[in-house]
Amino acid sequence: MSSDDVWILGIRMTKFGKRPDDDVMDIASEAALGALADGGVTMADMGVLAAGNLMSMGAPTGQLLQKQIGQTGIPVYNVSNACATGATALRTVIMAIKAGECDMGLAVGVEKLAGAGLLAGGSRKADSDTWQPKGRYGAVASVDGRIGTEIMPGVFAQIGMEYGHRYGGTSFELFARISEKNHAHSTLNPLAAYTKRLSLDEIMNDVMIAYPNTRPMCSANCDGAAAAVVVSDAKLRTLDPDQRRRAVKVSASVLTSDPWTESCQVLPDVNTLTRRAATQAYEQAGVGPEDLDLVELHDCFATAELVHYDNLMLCPEGGAVDFFESGAPWRDGRLPVNVSGGLQSKGHPIAATGIANIWEVCHHLRGEAGDRQIEGARVGLAHVIGLGSACGVHILEKAA
Amino acid sequence: MPDQVPLVDYLALSPEPHLVAHECDACGARFFDRRNACASCSGTSFHAVDVPTAGELVTFTIVSFAAPGVPVPFVAGVVDCGGTSVRANVINTDPDPTHVRTGMPVQLATFVVGTDSEGVEAVGFGFEPVEATS
Repeated sequence: MSSDDVWILGIRMTKFGKRPDDDVMDIASEAALGALADGGVTMADMGVLAAGNLMSMGAPTGQLLQKQIGQTGIPVYNVSNACATGATALRTVIMAIKAGECDMGLAVGVEKLAGAGLLAGGSRKADSDTWQPKGRYGAVASVDGRIGTEIMPGVFAQIGMEYGHRYGGTSFELFARISEKNHAHSTLNPLAAYTKRLSLDEIMNDVMIAYPNTRPMCSANCDGAAAAVVVSDAKLRTLDPDQRRRAVKVSASVLTSDPWTESCQVLPDVNTLTRRAATQAYEQAGVGPEDLDLVELHDCFATAELVHYDNLMLCPEGGAVDFFESGAPWRDGRLPVNVSGGLQSKGHPIAATGIANIWEVCHHLRGEAGDRQIEGARVGLAHVIGLGSACGVHILEKAA
Repeated sequence: MPDQVPLVDYLALSPEPHLVAHECDACGARFFDRRNACASCSGTSFHAVDVPTAGELVTFTIVSFAAPGVPVPFVAGVVDCGGTSVRANVINTDPDPTHVRTGMPVQLATFVVGTDSEGVEAVGFGFEPVEATS
């Protein structure tokens, strides 16, 4: 334990799913008050607040939340980083504490997304009655669907298919089996949006969205929030033994953006920034992939989960198919991946996801995960990707 | 007025249809859009280069569910044209995984997107399987 360590003191994820009677602040308040209560602290103890809500389009989410749970006058950072928004909020609080600005802070991510449908591409306007070049490509008409696709299921389908082209071994069925795993895992997670086990046939015969991703192979749009209280090492030492016992050490906190690679402006490269983030995180934490007891990674689509086995170095380079075929990422396998059900089954309320995955890992490290507990878990990794791109990787360790 | 205009300005219609990229003078990185500077090395000077019209399909998806107004299904993919990656649809073939596979050789082909009120055609591009026309 060193003096610049930071710890998760309290953390909470709400039930994910359809919450028609709750507004964004109801859900955010539930997570925030829950995290504070879990840590045995109150808003009066917080020195910083970072909040994210991607769909709010620039609203002061943190200040709106304070109006509901405590206007204490502390600095608020409203963050927006695509699907990495939650991890970015958490990392903002971690940086404030590491910078010595305060000794405790709160990070919150919330989204109301049930029934949202496709989240990119918009709708194609009717073509103009005179061709006028517009934008950086001088396009005279809409290009979505004419020059590739802008929809996320299609973008991530190509990312998985590219991996298959490079290394071989992939098929529609293989990608569907990854989804089958996550839909099986979520049957043990009472907070998941979907808890019904789906057969391989059901997954493969569901509505095709963008080959090879059928509907259950896509992340589930839903409502939800997650929040975490972060504390400095020095402050933690002054707290009660029970608070210290349940605290989870943040051994690594890394955020990267996508460096330029040859094809990255044609098809987003989610690989290079994830591999870099993982490399930095393992170095910071002083652990390797072989030390991990569980991983929550960003399976926004079944095709994405496969490439991140490789990017997070859970397998040798090019070995993601063999890693999956070995049974390793199932909850009874060598390195369980997405025992929460992942984004495909637990759900993906965008800004909440990068804290909800931390909650899942903390739950296991504390030995509080109930029926889905990974026995003896001591080290876990949480990963998110926001297209554009941003990658957050956190490594968490059980209190010694 | 010309009879035809390209869907995007990086599609040159003559003498034969081909794509034109902005290549960074300093590092050789290629871009299809208007640039402020190079994303690879921050260089600020570029020259135009013709991109080969034949290539290999390195990845694809078959979009069956798209934004309102976008006809489906269609095949979207990435073509490696002699080391330059190009985003495009795969056209002139059935949009199913038995007819489209990664690694297949493809070549640039054009199609008419539509005609405006002044009778000018907008011309788009895609890539078609080489087998289909040879």
